[in-house]
Amino acid sequence: MAEITSGSLAPAALAAPRARGILEWIARRSEALVIPLAALIAGLGVFSLFLAALGKSPGQFFELMWRGGFGSWFSLQNSLQRASPLLLAALCVALPARLGLVVIGGEGAIVLGGTAAAAVGYWLTGAPAFLVIPAMGLAAMAIGALWIGSIGWLRHARAVNETISSLLMAYIAIALMNHLVEGPLRDPASLNKPSTHPLAAAYRIGNIPGTEVHWGLVLGIIACVFSWVLIEKTRWGFAARIAGGNVRAAQIQGLAVGPLIVGFTALAGSFAGLAGMVEVAAVQGSANASLAAGYGYTGILVAFLARQNPLAIIPVSLLLGGIAAAGGLIQRRMDLPDATVLVLQGMLFITILLSDTFYGRFKIFDPDRWSWGWKERA
Amino acid sequence: MTQKFQLTRRTLLKASASGAALGLASGSLPLTPARAATTTIGFIYVGPKDDYGYNQAHAEGAATLKGMPGITIVEEENVPETVDVQKTMESMINLDGASLLFPTSFGYFDPHMLAMAAKFPSVQFRHCGGLWDKAKHPMNAGSYFGYIGMGQYLNGIVAGHTTKSKKLGFVAAKPIPQVLLNINSFLLGARAVDPAITAQVIFTGEWSLAVKEAEATNALVDQGADVITCHVDSPKVVVQTAAGRGAFVCGYHANQAPLAPAKYLTGAEWNWSTVYKMFVAKLQAGEPLPNFVRGGLAENFVKMSALGPAVNEAARKQFEATKAEMMKGGFAVIKGPLKSNKGEVVAKAGQSFPETAIELESMNYLVEGVMGSTS
Repeated sequence: MAEITSGSLAPAALAAPRARGILEWIARRSEALVIPLAALIAGLGVFSLFLAALGKSPGQFFELMWRGGFGSWFSLQNSLQRASPLLLAALCVALPARLGLVVIGGEGAIVLGGTAAAAVGYWLTGAPAFLVIPAMGLAAMAIGALWIGSIGWLRHARAVNETISSLLMAYIAIALMNHLVEGPLRDPASLNKPSTHPLAAAYRIGNIPGTEVHWGLVLGIIACVFSWVLIEKTRWGFAARIAGGNVRAAQIQGLAVGPLIVGFTALAGSFAGLAGMVEVAAVQGSANASLAAGYGYTGILVAFLARQNPLAIIPVSLLLGGIAAAGGLIQRRMDLPDATVLVLQGMLFITILLSDTFYGRFKIFDPDRWSWGWKERA
Repeated sequence: MTQKFQLTRRTLLKASASGAALGLASGSLPLTPARAATTTIGFIYVGPKDDYGYNQAHAEGAATLKGMPGITIVEEENVPETVDVQKTMESMINLDGASLLFPTSFGYFDPHMLAMAAKFPSVQFRHCGGLWDKAKHPMNAGSYFGYIGMGQYLNGIVAGHTTKSKKLGFVAAKPIPQVLLNINSFLLGARAVDPAITAQVIFTGEWSLAVKEAEATNALVDQGADVITCHVDSPKVVVQTAAGRGAFVCGYHANQAPLAPAKYLTGAEWNWSTVYKMFVAKLQAGEPLPNFVRGGLAENFVKMSALGPAVNEAARKQFEATKAEMMKGGFAVIKGPLKSNKGEVVAKAGQSFPETAIELESMNYLVEGVMGSTS
């Protein structure tokens, strides 16, 4: 495969290569941008019809959406803050997806990661923060890796469907978290809302200076960039994509499919675990039932909207963060129920998934099929 | 923090056209004279406003403030107990100019409301749940709560008169003190009718988990329980499932009679309107808002649903008599001699704990006659 692509490029000596080269470069890459954007606009269009049918003004809706989600420094920070847990949660779906696995149980790794971080933070009380905070992060990542990695292992070694097992394991994880915060890890002072002991102030993660957004956003972006490099630029990522395309072919070529599956699911789980740690250290201050806030499930939506591309997760998270941030303003100003925002999300999800069928259908994105000048290449 | 991108002419026109209260520029100083004419009050709910339960009870309270002169109500539902609720509070303060906020879910208090109370010292925050402590928490924060265990005791009296199998069922969320007090009160109310009555409790582990609530209700009916009540955020599923199986139901949080008119006996309801109107009256009079507010049936913080058609005359009499007794104050549901269902003495003979007793707030037992375990 690698040989074919490099060999098909036009020789550098051909006439007028430069302008044409740039055009081809733009055309090839713009497909991945234009199609989702068109789908987004189509989704918003369908949603406008829905609003009009309710007798509400789509114009006011989108104006409030802009104002509540992006239109001011306060709103933008609000969106960024809501986006940050989605970055790591979405990676828990996107990484296994590149191997052809649909893992939808990131929520489990998030709640257990948060619980582990709170427990470690409490046990190490008194130790310096520069040791404790990384220890909390590592513990959370380890438990997340174990949780989701074991789903990968079950898939590979026992052919257990990873979608079902990850979902069911998420329920187990939430039950386990409830058991721990109501039992062995409970702070006896937390009477009506069982929680772990609160983290000492020194072990909390603060905000990025000059903003009201915590460092979880930066961690999430780093994780997304790291995952993109891993998938697109390393031989492990290449192997994973091969295995994701056709697992038999990968095995015949001698790729170690088992370690790939376990490794990628474990890495995915470690990111979700880290999301739980950030939730505890930056927001909640202790582990309790509020950890199961559904970030793991919103992460599925983000990953699919981003078409499992780790870099695309960043803008998609911001978009969904913005929708959530604006959702409140819309409820308050337009007297619409909260479910309106869910309807919008659902419509965007469907149009973007449907748009998948349009890839490769438009000549304009494929220079090899441009009618003007194809002879030149022959 | 200024809203520098916000005050364009277009935004202004649109916002005023839509009738929205503006005042964005100085969002962090909501008590400026320019806005003194109208006071904006924000309500935040963890679930839907029409859940036939916890959130509906608050939304009904909030609704009684609508239309009061000089008062604007802003509401947001389905706000999780995460950074989301902090941002919702900030957004209500910055974009709506709210000067009094009621974040109603228990889990909103720590750390979320406390963080916002520290950040916006000129805004008043009142939380439902009774967690505020003068020694630890800021003075612009506070809490209010009601003694609803009495209502479950009255539920129990009606249930005790109605049951044929002498077995009651209770679907509960979590074994925490508030819930345990409700379970114990329900059974003790029924035992005031007939000491042979028992109650089976099933904990679902979550405040809102419809599937398990339905399973628990079915399991209780299968085991012979013929009157069911619950303590979950939305009793809707329990009420409908129980009534569908032919069992009678006692309600909780709000009035669920419309869901099962024939099978609904009565219900322990919140009456938050009393509390919200009190706060608004003080705010409008310029008086300081109290930080710690509590009340029960006598204070009109709690009320009972109207008795349903299946309630017999004996039940009605004992219900009314006991309620009248409670209205006088000092009524104790937990009084000795009383043992837990593990055989430990929880109240010695002659000992009694009225609703205001601090001991009840750390309750960790189920009384004798309740089948179930706190752990």
